[in-house]
Amino acid sequence: MTEKATHIEAHADDEAKKLGMWLFIFTELLLFGGLFLVYSVFRAKYPANFHEGSLELSVTIGAINTIVLLVSSMTIAMSLTAIQKNNRKLAMTLISVTLFLATVFLFNKVFEWGAKFEHGLYPGSKLMPMLERGDLLYFSLYFFMTGLHALHIIVGMVLLTICLFKVKSGNVNSKKYIHLENGALYWHLVDLIWIFLFPLLYLIT
Amino acid sequence: MDQTKQEPYVSYLEHKGKYTGIRSWIFTLDHKRIGLLYMYAIMVLFFVGAIMGLLMRIELLKPGETIMKPQTYNGLFTVHGIIMIFMVVIPGLSVVFGNFFLPILIGAKDVAFPKLNRFSWWVYIAGCILAILSQFLKNGPPDTGWSFYAPYSTTTGTNVIMATFAAFVLGFSSILTGLNFIVTIHQMRAPGMKFMNMPLFSWAIYATAWTQLLATPIVGITLLMLIAERLFGIGFFNPNLGGDPVLFQHLFWIYSHPAVYIMILPALGVITEIIPTFCQKKIYGYKAIAFSSLAIAGVGFLVWGHHMFTSGMSNQARWFFSLLTFLVAVPSAIKVFNWLATMYKGSIDLKPPFLYALSFIFLFTIGGTTGLLLGSVATNVQVHDTAFVVAHFHYIIFGGMGFAFFGAIHYWLPKMYGRMYNFKRATIAWAIIFVGFNLLYFPQFILGIEGVPRRYFDYLPQFQPLEVISSVGGFILITGLIMMVYNLVQGARKGEIAPANPWHGSTLEWQIPSPPSLENFDEAPVVKSNPYDYE
Repeated sequence: MTEKATHIEAHADDEAKKLGMWLFIFTELLLFGGLFLVYSVFRAKYPANFHEGSLELSVTIGAINTIVLLVSSMTIAMSLTAIQKNNRKLAMTLISVTLFLATVFLFNKVFEWGAKFEHGLYPGSKLMPMLERGDLLYFSLYFFMTGLHALHIIVGMVLLTICLFKVKSGNVNSKKYIHLENGALYWHLVDLIWIFLFPLLYLIT
Repeated sequence: MDQTKQEPYVSYLEHKGKYTGIRSWIFTLDHKRIGLLYMYAIMVLFFVGAIMGLLMRIELLKPGETIMKPQTYNGLFTVHGIIMIFMVVIPGLSVVFGNFFLPILIGAKDVAFPKLNRFSWWVYIAGCILAILSQFLKNGPPDTGWSFYAPYSTTTGTNVIMATFAAFVLGFSSILTGLNFIVTIHQMRAPGMKFMNMPLFSWAIYATAWTQLLATPIVGITLLMLIAERLFGIGFFNPNLGGDPVLFQHLFWIYSHPAVYIMILPALGVITEIIPTFCQKKIYGYKAIAFSSLAIAGVGFLVWGHHMFTSGMSNQARWFFSLLTFLVAVPSAIKVFNWLATMYKGSIDLKPPFLYALSFIFLFTIGGTTGLLLGSVATNVQVHDTAFVVAHFHYIIFGGMGFAFFGAIHYWLPKMYGRMYNFKRATIAWAIIFVGFNLLYFPQFILGIEGVPRRYFDYLPQFQPLEVISSVGGFILITGLIMMVYNLVQGARKGEIAPANPWHGSTLEWQIPSPPSLENFDEAPVVKSNPYDYE
C-alpha cells in the first residue's frame, strides 16, 4: 500500500496539472462558443449584411495570419519534443520562433484594425450607428471576436515567455516539462479558435 | 509506516506555518482554513442580504410608500439578488464544505491545486468588493434585478457595468474552484477509494463542479457583451441597434438555470450524508443517488427556456422545454425516495442536523412541486413574474440550499472546531426558523396566484393581510437566524470538547481527530468498501 501511495503522489502532480489545463481549455471553448452562437443568430437574421461585411475583410491578410498561427503551433509542438530529447538550446529557439510568429500575427492584426479605424469603422465611432443594423452587428462581432482572440494571443505569449525562462533556468527539463506542455496546449487552443474565426468572418460570404 | 516517524498531532487551527497571525489566514494554502474563510465571508454577506430582504418586507407592510422611495426599492431587490445569488448561494456549500470536507472524504491531504484554491478565494473577495462598490458609487445601485435583462440594462444610468463585471469576476472564481475539485476527485483519491466508494457528497460536488466549469463561461461572455454594449454601443441586445433582447435572456439562462443546480446539488449531497448517519443505516440506493446527481447536472443544461415562456418563443420550443423540465424532476424525486427508504426502519436520532435534513425534504418538496407548476406552459403564463415565482425559488434556494447549509454547519461543526454547540438552543432556533420561513414565503404563493407581481414596491389594499403575515414571518425568521448563529459561535468558541466521532458517522472525516491535523491523515487511508457500512 505504501508503495502505491508514494507512486500515486509522484505522478498525481503532472497528470493533475495536465487535466487541469484541459478543463480550463473546455471553459475557454465555451466562452467562444457563446460568441459563435450569437454570430449564428445574427447571421441568420441579416444574411445580406453579413455577406457584404465579409467582402470588406481582406482574405489575404486573414490567410497569412492563419498560416502564421498554424506554423507557430507546429514550432511550439517541436520545442516540446526538443526538450523531451534534452535539447535545451533548440527548445529555446523554437519557443522564441513561436513568440516571433505571435508578434507577426498581432502586427498584422494592428495593420488590419488600423485600416478600419482610418475609415471611422470601430465600436463607439460616429460612423458605426449610421450603418445598416446588420452591418453594425457584423463589424461589432468582428471587433469583439478578433479582439477577444487577440487578448488570448497576448495571454498565450505571456505563458510562453514564462516557459522560455523556465527552460533557460533549467526548471523545465527533459524529465519535468509539464509547464511547457501546458503552455503548448494553451497555444494550440488559441490557434484552434482562430481556425474557427477565420472561416466565420472572412471566408463564408 | 513506522510509528516513530509520526509527528505529534497538532490541529490545523493551531498549526504554526510560515506565517503567523492574520497572515496565516490570508496566505494559507490549507483547504480547511480556506473553507472557514469562505464560511465567514458568506455568513456576513448572507446577513447583509437578509437585512435588505427585511427592509423590503417592512416597505410592503402597507400599500404605498412606507419607508422608502420606489427607486430605492428597485436598488434593494437588485442588490439583495446579486448578493444572495452570486456571493452566497452559488459558491455556498461547494466552497465552504466542498473545500473543507471534499479532500477529507476522499482521503486526500488537500485539493489538487492549493495555490489555485487560494487564488480563487482572493478572486472571490475581489468580486465581492467590486459588487459592494457598485452600490455606493455616484450613479446609484443597479436597478435591473439580478438578471440584468436587456434592453433596460443597456440603457439605465445606474452602476450596471461595475455590478456585471463583479458577477464576471465571481464567475471566474467559481470556474477555478470547479476545475480544482474535478481534478482533486480524479487524481487525489486515497488507495482503494474507487468512484463507487466515494461518499455521496463527493459525487454531488463532482456533478456541481462540471456544471460550474461548463456553464459559467457562457454567462461570462454574455456579461462581457453587455459591458461592451454599454461602453461602445455595439448593440447585440438593444433592438434599436438591431440586436435582440430575447437573445440576452437565452444566453443568461443557459448559465443561470444550471446555476440553480450549482446551488442545490451540494445541498442534496449534504442531506445524503446526514441521513444515513442519524439513521445509523446504510444509504438506500447508493448508485441511484450518485447517478441522479449527474443526471440532474446533465438535464439541467437543457431546460433554461422555461424561464422565458412568455418572452416570445415558438410553441414547439415551449413544449420541449416544458417536457425537459418535467424530466429533471425525476432524478430529484429519486433522491427523495432514497432518503425516505434509508430512514425506514433506521434508528432515527432527532439531533439538530437531522431536523434540518427533515425540514429540507419538506421544503424542497414544496419548492419542487411548485416548480413543476411553473414548468408547465399553461400555468406558467398565469403566474409568470408574480409573487408565486418568488415564493417558489425561495423555497428551493433558501428552504433547500439554506437549510442544507445550516444542517451542514450543525453536522460538521464539531469536526471543524473540535467543540459542540448547545442542542437545546439549536433545536429551538431550528423551530423558530422553520415557522418563520413558512410564514414568510407561503403567503406569497397565494398572493402570486391572485396576481400580485414580483418586484413591485406597491400593491392593492385587499392584499394587505397576507403581506403583513409574510412580513411578520420575516421578523420571526431573522430572530431564529440570529439565535442559531449565536449558538454556533458560542459552541465553536466555548462549547464542550467534542469527541472525534460524535454522531457515530461512518465516512472518513469521522475517523480522524477533531479538529483535523494540517495534513488530515497521518498516512493515506486504505478504503475497501462502500462508505456507509453500519452493521
